[in-house]
Amino acid sequence: MLIENLIFITFAVTLIASAVMVVFGQHPVRCALFLVLAFFAAAGLWLILEAEFLALVLILVYVGAVMTLFLFVIMTLSIDFEKMKQSFLRYYVPLGVILVCGLVTLMFYITSHAHADLIKLIPMQHVPADYSNTKALGGVLYTTYAFALEVAGVLLLAAIVAAISLCVRDVVDSKSQRVDEQIAIQPKDRIKIVKM
Amino acid sequence: MMFITLTNYLIIGAILFGLGMAGMVVNRKNLIALLMCVELMLLAVNTNFIAFSYYHQDITGQIFVFFILAVAAAEAAIGLAILTVLFKHRKTVDVSQLNTLKG
Repeated sequence: MLIENLIFITFAVTLIASAVMVVFGQHPVRCALFLVLAFFAAAGLWLILEAEFLALVLILVYVGAVMTLFLFVIMTLSIDFEKMKQSFLRYYVPLGVILVCGLVTLMFYITSHAHADLIKLIPMQHVPADYSNTKALGGVLYTTYAFALEVAGVLLLAAIVAAISLCVRDVVDSKSQRVDEQIAIQPKDRIKIVKM
Repeated sequence: MMFITLTNYLIIGAILFGLGMAGMVVNRKNLIALLMCVELMLLAVNTNFIAFSYYHQDITGQIFVFFILAVAAAEAAIGLAILTVLFKHRKTVDVSQLNTLKG
């Protein structure tokens, strides 16, 4: 149990520290890389919570796809980040700190006073060694939540169509068919019969 | 012996969500930083869902996280596509300059 606590504390501290660096970091590339670290730490926490499939999906989807996309956008667009950082320390940092403190105090209060029985919730027993989280998830996902799964698929398709149609709007020299001209063509336009 | 309780996870989630919210306030000019703060807040919510799912021995929470991940991936893709188009037209991602629709 002690080693589990140590692992938990390591991941939790890494997660919070890298989240602080994401928020208060100076350069967007560094922020994005710290966000990657935060995702890895969160995946570690999810592994402790025995959600193995989702922990791996978090790494594959977020670190592998979404954060790559972020870094790609940050590096391809030549954005001048220096101009955007004027006078931000003076007004907004105290406001942000007050927001965090308020929210965390509220959360402490709720979890320690109003619902004291939450604290006593400790896991009954660990699952057996041959238990498959993926199998359990799939068993529910493809039966009870099959319709929601289909809707999610349609949503992702719509997102693909939207993203592509937003970005490739003004391509000038792409090859395309002109169907009306193809149909309206006459044989004499294409073939010239020469009397010998 | 100290156990890791649900409260520990809830506090981590609260701190993460608060940091994401503070980031929205602090980085309110930079659109890319705003998107990253949204990801941070979603991560906090997902951690809460998985913690509740584990301590109640109910897999429905994990299903919820699954769909949140799908929607968040779509959101990130479209958000970045809009950002790219925006930068092509306006040469900036400064939120305070995007006030054309303001009456």
